[in-house]
Amino acid sequence: MNKSLLPLEVHDLTVSYNRKPVLYGIDLEIQEGGLIGIIGPNGAGKSTLIKSIMGIIPSNGGWVKIFGKKGKKSYQRVGYVPQRESVDWDFPVSVLDVVLMGRFGHAGWLKRTSKKDKKIAHECLEKVNMSPFADRQIGKLSGGQQQRVFLARALAQESDLYLMDEPFAGVDAVTENAIIELLRELKQKGKTLIVVHHDLSNAKEYFDQIILLNMRLIAYGDANTTFTKDLLQKTYGGRLTVFTEIADQSAKNSDVGH
Amino acid sequence: MSEFFPPLDFNDTFGMPWATPKDFIWNAQIVSMGILVSLSCGLIGTFIVARKLALMGDAISHGILPGLAIAFIATQSKALLPMFIGACGAGLLCSFCIEWLHKKTPLKMDAALGLTFTSFFAFGVLLITQLGNNAHIDAECLLYGEIGFTPLAESIYWGSLEIGSRPLLSIGLVTLIIILLITIFYKQLLVTSFDQTLSVSLGLPVKAIHYGLMLFLAVTIVASFESVGVILVIAMLIFPSTTASFFFTRMPAILLCSFPLSILYSFGGFFLARWLDCSIAASMVVVAMACFGIAWLIGTEDGIIKKYFFERKLSKKTAIKEGTKKASSFPEAQS
Repeated sequence: MNKSLLPLEVHDLTVSYNRKPVLYGIDLEIQEGGLIGIIGPNGAGKSTLIKSIMGIIPSNGGWVKIFGKKGKKSYQRVGYVPQRESVDWDFPVSVLDVVLMGRFGHAGWLKRTSKKDKKIAHECLEKVNMSPFADRQIGKLSGGQQQRVFLARALAQESDLYLMDEPFAGVDAVTENAIIELLRELKQKGKTLIVVHHDLSNAKEYFDQIILLNMRLIAYGDANTTFTKDLLQKTYGGRLTVFTEIADQSAKNSDVGH
Repeated sequence: MSEFFPPLDFNDTFGMPWATPKDFIWNAQIVSMGILVSLSCGLIGTFIVARKLALMGDAISHGILPGLAIAFIATQSKALLPMFIGACGAGLLCSFCIEWLHKKTPLKMDAALGLTFTSFFAFGVLLITQLGNNAHIDAECLLYGEIGFTPLAESIYWGSLEIGSRPLLSIGLVTLIIILLITIFYKQLLVTSFDQTLSVSLGLPVKAIHYGLMLFLAVTIVASFESVGVILVIAMLIFPSTTASFFFTRMPAILLCSFPLSILYSFGGFFLARWLDCSIAASMVVVAMACFGIAWLIGTEDGIIKKYFFERKLSKKTAIKEGTKKASSFPEAQS
């Protein structure tokens, strides 16, 4: 496969908040057509990683290529599902309005959304079983329903790469199953899905590949090879492990120098 | 109390202003000004409120003061264009400063806002006092506005044809441009207001749209402050959309509500001021407040009456519906 057309390539990505580093030198090469989970403890930089991939959080170094392109133009093939708390649910829009926003990228600057766009939006709502709520104001939905609206919007974008920030947060078990079914269906269609996930109990079952993250990339690969006790220990051993390793490393280096 | 509230003389309040052609033209200009100010502010305010930037209007309206003074010092005249540019520039600069402070220092948004606009305002007051009487900038007029002076303002001529008074024309033009821009860029305004991250991923120039909106907020305020003052203009920005949201839950409907509401505010304020013999602008805000109160009471969306008298019925209904789940992979899919 042409290497430049990898859905996602991240090289030496470093991000910090107020001079406190959050992500160190992340290198990733994601192949097309997979369901990939990002796993790591709180504060590991999982959301930060996908936000900086989307250019929402500026990075201090490194680069990101999406389908071989850098910068603004590359985002057009990406569907991003933000955390539910990232928007104001009292905003005066209906469920259908939100899903239609996913079509704006297809409609061009001055054109209004067409009948075809509306049809696609309705189909996407149907897929997440939210059709009956199409005209409802988004604040009058339950948490799980709100998550499904975001999912429908991402579907409506008809993207090739999906980045999802905790789509299972605050969702009941039945909805969670339905969502994972939908994600698998998308994968079957050759889409690449990268999902931030915090529940270790079902991660191996949900994802083909797993990215273990704790400020640095701990491991990335098939779920069977990465979801091991050793690597999980390394990921969840707290941030201390990172620092002790760096300390060890620098100690070694200085030894060599002497 | 009878001194405080003069008896309502029906004919004097509602009839006299329109009795002679001269009165009619005079008062129609005032009422039109009121309608256009409320409408332009209401339309742009809908997006400002939706973006949780309601107080940014407050900041910009106070921030224009030094701009006016500097424009006067620079040109030594009160020519329309330099004043307009000075005021808009200062208003925009004020909003830049607020965001800069918010991003570059640990200051929270509200603190950054309060700090910046008061500094701008104080600086403006200093400049204007230094200018003394040369400027003929009336601080009171600036703060409270006087919509009643609209017909007194100089007329603008096109060749030899008189086409109307300056404030009326400028607010008319501003309103027209705002209506056009909102119609054309509705989609972009909606999505950038609702979800910045999606907007970025759609490749929209989020920052440019934000500052475009700030620019038009400044332009609207500058075109309005002579009539309603820098304080009451904020009410005009916030009341229409918040009132409408007790009845409608979608942006287009809320935007359209600005039209009837602005007519209501303007006529209501005009008659109230005529009855009580007080400031028209303040009366307009009182009417706006009354409309808001009524909407809150009888509103179909979270109105008081509906909330407290129909809530029980509603919760019973939903309880029944919960029981009839249809078999599907997703729960709660019943209508």
